[in-house]
Amino acid sequence: MTNLEKYRKAFIDALEIEEEKVEIEELAYQDIPQWDSVGHMGLIAELEDTFDIMMDTDDIIDFNSYKAGKEIMKKYGVVIGE
Amino acid sequence: MAFYQDMGKWKDHTACIDSKGNSLTYEELEKEAEILGNTIGERTLVFSYCENAIGSILGYVSFLKHRVVPVLLAADLEKELRESLLRLYQPSYLYVPNRMKKEFELCESVWEKFDYCLLRTKYSKKVEMYSELALLLTTSGSTGSPKLVRQSYQNIQSNAAAIAEYLELNAMERPITTLPMNYTYGLSIINSHFFVGAKLLITENTLLEREFWDFFRREKATSFGGVPYTYEILKKLKFFEMDLPSLKTMTQAGGKLSPELHLEYAEYAEKHQKHFVIMYGQTEATARMAYLPWEKAITKYGSMGIAIPGGKLWLKTPEGHKIDQPEVVGELVYEGENVTLGYAECREDLVQGDLRQGRLETGDMAKMDQDGYFYIVGRKKRFLKIFGNRVNLDETERIVKQKYPELDCACAGVDDKLYLFMTERMYEKEIKTLLSEKLGLHPSAFHIVWIKEIPKNNAGKILYKKLEKYYGGL
Repeated sequence: MTNLEKYRKAFIDALEIEEEKVEIEELAYQDIPQWDSVGHMGLIAELEDTFDIMMDTDDIIDFNSYKAGKEIMKKYGVVIGE
Repeated sequence: MAFYQDMGKWKDHTACIDSKGNSLTYEELEKEAEILGNTIGERTLVFSYCENAIGSILGYVSFLKHRVVPVLLAADLEKELRESLLRLYQPSYLYVPNRMKKEFELCESVWEKFDYCLLRTKYSKKVEMYSELALLLTTSGSTGSPKLVRQSYQNIQSNAAAIAEYLELNAMERPITTLPMNYTYGLSIINSHFFVGAKLLITENTLLEREFWDFFRREKATSFGGVPYTYEILKKLKFFEMDLPSLKTMTQAGGKLSPELHLEYAEYAEKHQKHFVIMYGQTEATARMAYLPWEKAITKYGSMGIAIPGGKLWLKTPEGHKIDQPEVVGELVYEGENVTLGYAECREDLVQGDLRQGRLETGDMAKMDQDGYFYIVGRKKRFLKIFGNRVNLDETERIVKQKYPELDCACAGVDDKLYLFMTERMYEKEIKTLLSEKLGLHPSAFHIVWIKEIPKNNAGKILYKKLEKYYGGL
């Protein structure tokens, strides 16, 4: 799996997204009921496991969209790509 | 005089401010509440769709002042449940955020301000209500049940006073909202701080957003409350390393915090000259029944504390006798002025008077140590606390069976984890979505386990004890 695929899969799994119903690339915090505070913590845990990283507080609270997240992952040496 | 009748005495002190900088002084709040109250002009029933916003709080204060009875509901309450409540209770007015107005096109708007509006419904029949009935709340943040708790004016006043006393609140406090105001714990923070003329910091942002922490620091928040899950999130956010000099007090309620986390926060608080206060309560007791004084947070960690000022806690044997010896488990009973009137399950119930007479059997099993501190050890009834919300397990089963009558299933679990046992591998995703919508909870709270057979006795009753081995039990 590429990093992009892994990144996408973390969203789908942690937020229990039905791919055909949600445009993941455009997703932001609280856009869907599943991405609430509970979903957010699940998503962060999923990404940390997937990429074997440990995110800082600032990055956890700035991780407010699929797109913003891609930039944040770069800080941890994870390049997601397009 | 009740605190909400006498707010003008705090004059130009700020009553509430939101993260955009909008604010109301106590005098302004009183004046605006007067205008809104006079628009209604009679004792009647209102559905209030709550958010942590100035308009929402203004409505609440105004309704209390003018003896208009609000049902406090989450603005984002699931549509089907919202409609069934409307049909059941037939309120004369809806008080909603402006952005929701279009969902009620048939209703006429008779008042608008602070991003909220008052809509007149088509229900015109006069509602009979008990004279002391002040407001109605759902039994948790959100459930599939139309059951409402009936709170009286005295309940609200008495609990606000008790909380202000044991937390030693004063007008210099600046609590920041972290809980919905339609949730009894969130509401009790509002009440107890208005009681002392404090300044509320109101935000819809969660503690997982930068805006929340910016607001927190800008307005120098002095306290916040959280359910167990809030404290788990905070730990993950490395709360213990954050520099928050204005913060003085953290309170916790809405379920039992693990003893380990309790100790961790208590030690953090002591080291940083802050207070960590564990509390215990239920919507049926307005909000609070017990608290663990901050001085005891470390020595008595794991305890839910002692009765609030003016209240009494004791333990009861199954035969109804009072337990006097320490370390003996019994059902926790509370007595005090904040014990609510009872439930309502339909409009006709609103006329009922005080059915509890100041005494509440909590359904929680507890023991007391020799110093008189109480410890929760389990529950008598079949419900869980999921992210601070009470979830009835039998009701959850019913929701599934109603939709999928052919399925054999059983619900059990521990706090924050609900297990649904099924014998067939089908509808997994659908059921999670169904429960998530109906109960207003995140789907990750639900775990589906397949077993060969649901254990039952000869009479067909499910043997829930036998399911405990799958999730570790209590």
